[in-house]
This record gives sequence, structure tokens and C-alpha cells, in this order.
Amino acid sequence: MNNQRRHFLKLTGRVGALAAAFATGLVSSGRALAANWNKAGFESKALADVMNSLGATGAVESKDIVITAPDIAENGAVVPVAITSKLPNTQQISIVAEKNPFPLAATFDVSGGVEGYVSARLKMGQTSDVWAVVKADGKYFTARKEVKITVGGCG
Amino acid sequence: MAEPMKIRATLQGDVADVRILMLHPMETGQRKDAKGEIVPLHFIQSVVVTHNGRTVLDTQWSQAVSRNPFLGLRVKGAKAGDKISVTWVDNKGDKRTDEATVAPAS
Amino acid sequence: MPTTRGGFAAILLACLAAWGAALAQSDDPLAVGRKMLAEDNPGELWIERGKALFHQKRGPRNASLEQCDFGLGPGKLDGATAQLPRYFPDTDRVQDLESRLLTCMVQLQGFNRDDIVKRAISPAGSNGSDVEALALYITSRSNGMKMNISLSHQKEYDAYKAGEYLFYRRSGQTDFACLQCHGEANKRIRLQDLIHMTDKKGVQEVVSTWPAYRGAHFVVRTMQWRLYDCFWQMRLPELKYASDASIALTTYLHYQGNGAVIKVPGFKR
Repeated sequence: MNNQRRHFLKLTGRVGALAAAFATGLVSSGRALAANWNKAGFESKALADVMNSLGATGAVESKDIVITAPDIAENGAVVPVAITSKLPNTQQISIVAEKNPFPLAATFDVSGGVEGYVSARLKMGQTSDVWAVVKADGKYFTARKEVKITVGGCG
Repeated sequence: MAEPMKIRATLQGDVADVRILMLHPMETGQRKDAKGEIVPLHFIQSVVVTHNGRTVLDTQWSQAVSRNPFLGLRVKGAKAGDKISVTWVDNKGDKRTDEATVAPAS
Repeated sequence: MPTTRGGFAAILLACLAAWGAALAQSDDPLAVGRKMLAEDNPGELWIERGKALFHQKRGPRNASLEQCDFGLGPGKLDGATAQLPRYFPDTDRVQDLESRLLTCMVQLQGFNRDDIVKRAISPAGSNGSDVEALALYITSRSNGMKMNISLSHQKEYDAYKAGEYLFYRRSGQTDFACLQCHGEANKRIRLQDLIHMTDKKGVQEVVSTWPAYRGAHFVVRTMQWRLYDCFWQMRLPELKYASDASIALTTYLHYQGNGAVIKVPGFKR
């Protein structure tokens, strides 16, 4: 086993099954997918590392990003979150749940013909800020909103 | 294994309001089954949406997206009758593609 | 910093608008989430499954359910659920939708009754049961129609009275009747709102939204499940699937909810 693979497996730690699948090449039809998928970002455990993996360190807060999400979520396993970016030339939207074990939940490339709007449903383990990280015109912007979780949704 | 999606695409002006419901366990790899064993990580990693064959949305998901996921988007420059196609691929290599036609404004 | 009156007024209005919006969520902080989830209901995916199961030849007799009579004649589904529960001459009893499904699955398709009952309520997080999908599909064929059950047959009336009695009767170690949780407005258990069922609007909401997608279970649930779970919550003995007691309660609730416009799948927490 070469050093790169050993390092990769150590890095992925808890993501055991996925790591094994990659290592043994089981994710064959998704080989291109695996290469594109932001592994470093999705496996980061701290907000700062997530921001770094997105290239968004030093991003500025923007009032032109609106997060639509409940103040209190009845079920942490299904938290609806919609992000609307009014920033001109919005290219990418990421949703980050700061206190999740792996905060980066999703990244949307919206540069291809959709409005700067996405709506999805996330698992949140505990009350936390939900961050929208938006890339617009090559620069990064953020917004955040606290969502209170009564029953955690990870396990 | 991959179950059909439900895709609703409705015209609002020249924007198609697209809403997609999918069936997928989206296992986090942290949950234990009734026998106390960990249910392995199994989640949709990629969702691609095309409009008349052109990719308009490319998404990457983690296992933090909810089970039986939902995706909402708004496609610019749409007309009634346009084709919307959605493809998801999960970490096991399973995939599913479904299509819908943009309905006129109701 | 604007110095004109117009400028100041604009800032004041903007502040009030923002405050108003914030206040609106804090009035009902669960409302935004509930609305977002209900607008796009994964339960809808069960309708196609139920339709396929309805037409598919299944069971030892390799037959579909197309000849099943839900009260309006064999295979007639439009409006059928709106008139259930009702008396059926062939079984000489009052039956609700799920009970009638059981009858047809046994008689037409040759399934073993105990087998179906055992798997009728699916495990949370599973793909769901065939009964759950079928119940939703068949009920969806009454979407937009008003609940309209009649008590003209003596047994229908008896079932209604029995259900009414059960609704109000305190029993078991908790000394609960349905009334204790569902007899007043604005009651809740932790975050779960308790529908006020002695109120016309409340009971109409109940009867028009089942089967429903239960968000926390990730499957479609039925009225039989709901009643079973209530009995469990009350620490009463198990309410057996499609039992006379369950049908009696359903008859009582549906009659109280007559006039409600059916809209399924509902969306529950």
C-alpha cells in the first residue's frame, strides 16, 4: 500500500466504508465523480477548514444573501434550508451547518443557467448557525442564520 | 434499487420553478440498526440537472443531506414544454435519471 | 447619514418591516419549517407505488386488486375513501379502508391475513409496506372530495356510538381517554401540537390528512397506525390492526369530520 493511500485512509477515519470503497476502486462508475467531489471539504470537521477548502477564507458577510430556514426545526433530521443570492453573477452556493460533525452539507454550482437560488433539506445534529457561502464574480460572501434544533438528526 | 423521483417544473414568467423529490436512505454511517450494528455510509454524492440537454445545475452532496432528499431550483430562460432531466449518483455507484416537462404557469 | 425627513422615514419603515418579519417567525417559530416541508411532500412518491401495487397481479392467486369493492362497486376508486368506513354486506360488518384492503388481499389475491397484518406497519426508515402505499393511492383517488360517510345502516350507527364511547372513556394505568389530549384547543406534548378533535375544524383536519408522510419515520403512515400509536402513547393494551375498536373510532371521527376536503398525503412531523 503506497504512502498516499495510507495517508488518505488515515484522513478519512470515520468515513470508513467510503474510504474502503475508494481504496478498492468499488466506486467504479463514479470514478470521475470521486475525483470532482470535494473530499477535503466534506471531510473537514471545523468551519475554518471548510471555508479553506472552498477557497472562501476571508469571505465578507453580505446582506444580498437570504437564508430561509425555520427559527426552530421540529426534526433535526429534516431541516429545510433555502438560499437566495441576489449578488450579481452568483456562481456557487454552499450550505454549511457549523456544529455538524462534518459541517459542509452541500455545494451547488449555479453558474450554468439557474437563478442564484437553491432549496434543500439537511440533517442538523444540534442548534447551530447555518452558513451560506456564495461565490459571486470570483469573490466569496457569506450569510448565516441560527436554527434551533430540538431533537438532533444525525444518528 | 434506485427509485423514481418526482419532478415538478412550473413556469413562472420565463423561469421554471423546479422541485425534485427523491427516495434515498442517505445513511450517515453513524446510525445503528435494530441489531446494534452500524448501517454503512450510503448517500447521494452528485445531482445534475439539465435543461433541454444543457447542464444548468451541478451539485455535490454530503451524507448530511436528509433522507428522501428534496432539491429546489429555478431555471432561467425556460418555456412550457422544455425538458428538465435530473440524474443522481450515490457513493455506491447507483444512479437514477428522471425527466419532466416544464408545465405552463397555472 | 440621511438628514431629510423622507430618508429618516425610509429607515424607520425598513426597521419596522424587519422587526415585523422577525416578530412573525417568533409568533410561530415552527411555522416556516412546517410550510417548507409540507409544500414538497416525499409521501407523494408512494402514490405511484400504490398504483402499481393495485394493478399488479400478486399473491398465491396471482390476481390484482382491480376487482376489489371499496363500497362503490368493484374497482371503483374515485370517491370510495370519502365514504369509508361503511357497512359491507359480503362481510356483514363495518370496515374502514385498511380493513377492506385486507379482505381483498386475502380473498382476491390469496394472501395470508396474519402475514399482511404483520407487515402492514413498516419499520421507520424502510421502504414502507404495500398496505401503506395502497392505502395512500386509494385515498388519493378521493382527493378534492368531501368526507361523506353515512350512518344509515344499523351497524354503521353502532360502530359510530362505540367509537364515541371509546373516545370519551378513560381507561388503563394513565386513566386517559382520547379526550384528555384532544378535547381542548392549543394543547401540545413538547413540540407536538395536539389537534382539538371536539372542534369541527380540528376533526376535519384529522380525517382529511391521512395517510400521511411521517417525517420522522420517513415513510407513509395510515390512520390504523395513528390510532395504534395513540393507544401505545396512552399505555393501553395494543390496538389490534383493523380491529372492531379501531374501525369504531375511525367511524366516529370520520362522521364528526364529514365535510372535510380530502387532501393526501398529509405531512406530519
